[in-house]
Amino acid sequence: MSSIVDETPRPTLKERFAKIGEQVQGSQAWSSIFRPGSIFRKGYTDSPRNRSYVVMNSVLYHLHPVKVKRHAVKVSYTLCLGGLSFFLFILLTITGIFLMFFYRPAAANAWDDIQSLHTSVTFGLMVRNMHRWGAHLMVLSVFLHMARVFYHGAYKAPREFNWVVGVILLTLTLLLSFTGYLLPWDQLALWAVTVGTNMMGYSPIIGSQVRFVLLGGTEIGAETLLRWYVLHVLLFPFVTVIFLAIHFWRVRKDGGISGPL
Amino acid sequence: MTEIPEHLLKRAKAAREKSAESTSGAEGSSAGDATSRIPAELLERSKAARAGGGVAVKDAPASPVVAAPVAGGVPVGAGPGGHTQRLLTVVKSGSIQDVKAVPVDKVHVWPHLLSIEFVAALACTAFTFMFSWFVNAPLLQAANFNQTPNPSKAPWYFMGLQELLTMFHPMIAGVTIPGMGIILLIFAPYLDRNVSNKPEDRKFITSLMTVHMMFWAVLTIISSFFRGPGYNFTFPWRDGIFFEL
Repeated sequence: MSSIVDETPRPTLKERFAKIGEQVQGSQAWSSIFRPGSIFRKGYTDSPRNRSYVVMNSVLYHLHPVKVKRHAVKVSYTLCLGGLSFFLFILLTITGIFLMFFYRPAAANAWDDIQSLHTSVTFGLMVRNMHRWGAHLMVLSVFLHMARVFYHGAYKAPREFNWVVGVILLTLTLLLSFTGYLLPWDQLALWAVTVGTNMMGYSPIIGSQVRFVLLGGTEIGAETLLRWYVLHVLLFPFVTVIFLAIHFWRVRKDGGISGPL
Repeated sequence: MTEIPEHLLKRAKAAREKSAESTSGAEGSSAGDATSRIPAELLERSKAARAGGGVAVKDAPASPVVAAPVAGGVPVGAGPGGHTQRLLTVVKSGSIQDVKAVPVDKVHVWPHLLSIEFVAALACTAFTFMFSWFVNAPLLQAANFNQTPNPSKAPWYFMGLQELLTMFHPMIAGVTIPGMGIILLIFAPYLDRNVSNKPEDRKFITSLMTVHMMFWAVLTIISSFFRGPGYNFTFPWRDGIFFEL
């Protein structure tokens, strides 16, 4: 009489995942997506040649070289901070464009528009939250990225100039965040910006003139809102993108990221 | 330029010694030298060439190669096949072209880097999304020029400056100190001439940076959480937090 107990060992987690992987890759959907002539024009099989083509044939991915030093992909070295800063910049651009549809930069409308964004726009509150928390997160990640680069001594030759570009980008990030701070036109925005811009007026020689231009007057008012809106959605992002391009280009020209220590 | 490897230097030295021995042993020609690995036929040819005033070639291994101008039209020392070329010297790779001495260990960006970036971006989106789900961005009363909130605080990244304002003249706290900070930061790579990036060689500069960052962090924390109405010092656990993000 044969044993009724099943003698075969229970499949381990790894084996189960391997089986799921096989099932997925053997499925109709998988083979039609990766069929030559579908999304991948020539099909995709894992080979060094195809790994290179993935990078070379993509307008987005070819910001990267085809190959990088092995230590450069270690998460414990970079903590992904530079990449996350850039990703947050993209996330903020997307959510910011959404917010622009519902916002008028006029003193009479701004606060009401934010209020109705909260109450009557689908996902309006959610997107505004993501924009605000994402902005704070970006300031934080850019700052931590700078600290990481400093502690690794990655600003040293031949990367001196890229460090300078990086400090400019840090300043631009702060300016982007600060100009956006005013736009909800509530008590928090108005008075935080008042405190911030009062300091600016004490710069020697040009302080009061710069302040006058930025505020559109001697005090914060309706003109300030329009000016800071244009700075926030157009001028500073435009300048930031230019400096980002220089920053990324220099990373590659200076021989990839620094290290290992 | 790469340095000449040690084993090649050793080999050259040994060859030089050997040639010194052979020239002192057998006067002039070393044609009969049993240790020489040069075929007798070639040595004869070189002897003939020297006698005819043609191109001087080496008659012993590793002796200096001298190229004298050819006197006649036809080279005397042509080989059996009529070849007129000779091996004058061997140029090692790396002595003219800059060849990488140490191959760098590299990996493909796809999948090694792109997969990490994808996961990081996904995690970042998930975090922002979940945080936004539970915590709403502040929206206070509409802006009112006639009602100053007490206390009025700058955005958190400028709070360190606001705290400095309580200690110094605005000109110093708002312009000079942050201006110097930014300028020092920009010129850091040009001021720090230490080429090493090893942490043990950079104790001074890393402690300087740490002290600098702690200075701002402490100011920011005090300003954010320990300042209440009238911007007076308070304890957050006693009077509550006067802070909006």
